[in-house]
Amino acid sequence: MLHQVLFIFFGLICVAGAVNLLVQRHPINSALSLVVVMGALSLIYLLLGAEFVAAVQVIVYAGAVMVLFVFVIMLLNAGAEERTRGSRIALWMGGPAVAVLAGLIVYMMFKNQQQFNSVSIGNFVSSPADNTHAVANLLFKDFLLPFEITSVLILIAIMGAVVLARRES
Amino acid sequence: MVPLSWYLVLSAILFCLGVSAFLLKRNIITIFMAIELMLNGVNLSFVAFANHWHQLSGQVFVFFVMVVAAAEAAVGLAIIIAVFRTRETLNVDRVNLLKL
Amino acid sequence: MNDTNLNLWIIPVLPLVGAAINGLFGRRFKNGMVSAVALLFTAASFAYAVWAAIQGTHLGLPHNEALPFPWIVAGNFNAPFGFYLDQLSTVMVLVVTGVGFLIHVYSVGYMAHEGGFYRFFSYLNLFMFFMLTLVLANNYLLMFVGWEGVGLASYLLIGFFFLKDSAADAGKKAFIVNRIGDFGFLLGMFLLIGKFNSLNFDAVFNGLKGVSPEVGWGVLTATALLLMVGATGKSAQVPLYVWLPDAMEGPTPVSALIHAATMVTAGIYMIARSSPIFSRAPHALEIVAFIGCLTAIFAATMGMAQTDIKRVLAYSTVSQLGYMFMACGVAAYSAGIFHLMTHAFFKALLFLGAGSVIHALGGEQDMRRMGGLRTRIPVTFWVMTVATFTIAGFPPLSGFFSKDEILWRAYLNNPVLWLVGVITALLTSFYMFRLWFMTFFGDLRLGEVDIGEDAHKAHAPVQSQHSAAAHGHGDDHGHGGVHESPWIMLAPLVILAILSIVGGWVGIPEALGGSSHFEHFLAPALVTPETLGAVQQAAEGSTELVFAGISVAAALTGFLFAWLLYYKRPELPDRITARIHGIYTMVAHKYYVDEGYSLLLIKPLLALSKYVFWRGVDQQIIDGTVNGAASASRGIGNGLRQMQSGNIRSYAAWVAAGGVAVIAYMIWWGVGR
Repeated sequence: MLHQVLFIFFGLICVAGAVNLLVQRHPINSALSLVVVMGALSLIYLLLGAEFVAAVQVIVYAGAVMVLFVFVIMLLNAGAEERTRGSRIALWMGGPAVAVLAGLIVYMMFKNQQQFNSVSIGNFVSSPADNTHAVANLLFKDFLLPFEITSVLILIAIMGAVVLARRES
Repeated sequence: MVPLSWYLVLSAILFCLGVSAFLLKRNIITIFMAIELMLNGVNLSFVAFANHWHQLSGQVFVFFVMVVAAAEAAVGLAIIIAVFRTRETLNVDRVNLLKL
Repeated sequence: MNDTNLNLWIIPVLPLVGAAINGLFGRRFKNGMVSAVALLFTAASFAYAVWAAIQGTHLGLPHNEALPFPWIVAGNFNAPFGFYLDQLSTVMVLVVTGVGFLIHVYSVGYMAHEGGFYRFFSYLNLFMFFMLTLVLANNYLLMFVGWEGVGLASYLLIGFFFLKDSAADAGKKAFIVNRIGDFGFLLGMFLLIGKFNSLNFDAVFNGLKGVSPEVGWGVLTATALLLMVGATGKSAQVPLYVWLPDAMEGPTPVSALIHAATMVTAGIYMIARSSPIFSRAPHALEIVAFIGCLTAIFAATMGMAQTDIKRVLAYSTVSQLGYMFMACGVAAYSAGIFHLMTHAFFKALLFLGAGSVIHALGGEQDMRRMGGLRTRIPVTFWVMTVATFTIAGFPPLSGFFSKDEILWRAYLNNPVLWLVGVITALLTSFYMFRLWFMTFFGDLRLGEVDIGEDAHKAHAPVQSQHSAAAHGHGDDHGHGGVHESPWIMLAPLVILAILSIVGGWVGIPEALGGSSHFEHFLAPALVTPETLGAVQQAAEGSTELVFAGISVAAALTGFLFAWLLYYKRPELPDRITARIHGIYTMVAHKYYVDEGYSLLLIKPLLALSKYVFWRGVDQQIIDGTVNGAASASRGIGNGLRQMQSGNIRSYAAWVAAGGVAVIAYMIWWGVGR
């Protein structure tokens, strides 16, 4: 019971934030609503027993990536969006594409419905502290190679960002 | 107990909203934020399935997705800054020098 | 039939080797080397032919052999590289190689100052190769290869002076008119394949054994008529004779070899070879006889009005070929071949002698400017005299026996044919003696007579290297004036003269005291209606003597007329032509046949090509299709190009749509499992 209430509450916050991102005209408003979405998502992760992921979500996503977005918005002094005539294709192709996508997902879910049973609240490993322990075990043993590669990826991204954003002087 | 399908519905809603924003918004930074929204929706789906099947690899994968999203955001924003310097606008419709 | 291999293929291949050597390397040879190569291979071919003939006769003719590797094998149809030696092909081979060799010798002297000496002998040897293939082949297809090949060689040699427009045109005309005949030949061959599934002589002729002559118009008649069309083209009968007078643009030895002695006789040979088919198709024989008869008199009338010495001889050739055709038409094939042989001797002699006259006069070919050469070039005079009397048909020269045999057999078949033949003989005698008197008697008119621009056409470019003949001086031999030809040119003339005299003695009929040696020799190779059971026309020996006398009388009459008009009272011809001006002009312009062909056939064909095929089919349909394909692809590209709009949002939309499509496909694919 509590599980459901919590889920619905935080779910609604997520959706509201996402809709707000769509509706707002000024990008800073969209950025701040995205922060709200991320925060709510982090809480939902907690509900799903993924403590480590929730923490990382707040630290990295909400705390670093979104801050980066906000900094850039401030740096570029982006104003409210103007209404420009875009492309008709975006509307005529994109709209149906989204609708089809939604329909497909709904269809898939209803097809496989009987295979889904309930999700348990909270952790599913033996003790709360063990989630991080277990993830670390996986990360540094089975997934060591991807881990190292992503670290190289970050390095490349840093260098790329520095080079691209550098002022020509 | 919350059925798994609710989580998946939420994930789907987030994803579709992200696609719509990607197609409808005109500010390039907002479009990037829509991409981040899509990625978040997918992350939610991963974590939900990780819980459902009692396997931790889903969460590890979420970790990787976040890393990649961060890298992509960094580089993308750098590009936006570079484009802004020459074109003086953040409106996607104005960046159309390849138009016939 | 015997089995020893006589290697008959050597006979055609030897001249081919000579042609190859001269053709590939002759440019660097001196004249002497070129001549030596050409003469050596031709003489070797002749010697081998003689040996093969003797061997073959000892071992028993006919002799059929094939090369060990196949040529065409297609299902049931098999055409080998095969060679066939029987009495008929023996005669032809000996005539071709013998007379050919003599003409080669003559050409060494005649063409000595020409450019392209090596090319001439290469072509001449090439011609020998094809002609020998034609007469030695044992199947129609290989014969057709030779048939086409001699047409090619004829084209090359007629147009030997290719820088001259009229010569190049004449070469083309010869080849094209020949092709029309060849089309008939091909259709005839297709009919043979359809009926016998083979073109080999033994297959076809054995397949005909036991078949009785056709009564109406059937397959055999059709085949025979189509083969006759081919012969009409090659042997210059009406209506496909028009190429032969123009072929005189070629050098004189070419006229002698190809257009008198050998190539034009290929049609006669082919009909004689196909005697099993023709003898079973009486309607076809009638038509052959009619065409031969018509050609003979038609050409004789035209020969009377010509002023160029070679043209007179050309029309004379057409007329004599008409005789041979007529002989085949009355199923007297051996008489036709006999006349072919004697004609080869005396017509080659006439042409070569004319060449000697032209050479002596430094290039003059118009008889109105000749005269009085009897004392100046005596050897030429005497050989030409022999030839003229031979062609007129005076006994005991060869021409008399062969022509008389034809006339006699024609009478036995249809007296009308005989009558026309006798009239033609009279005309022949007349125009030949006209030539003789105009050329050799009287006073030399070189430079006196003004003939206007006709003179220009008469000069062959060999003579254009000499200075203008109208002034009667200067050829580049360095000695001026009229002079006899060198001995290398005169020796073949003398040999041919001897052959003209004695050549007829192998065929003297019994009525005149001989034993019809030639006819009996050839009989096993030919099938006549008599051998198929027709009733032999009965005739007495004394009747034959009477008719022989009539022939001689006709020859004498012609001689007398010519003597009267061109020796005794030379002013008469002009008065006569003034009286009959209209008819004379028509005959002198060859009845306007060439102009008629041009108007009726050539101009419409050119118009069709230009307006229908070129403008219509080629430009509009074919170019339209190709260009249309290009513009279609450009149009599609233009349409697809619209996707590249430079608009980021539309790109985004396409990406989204594409992604959704992939997902949908994967779901559909996954669900289907």
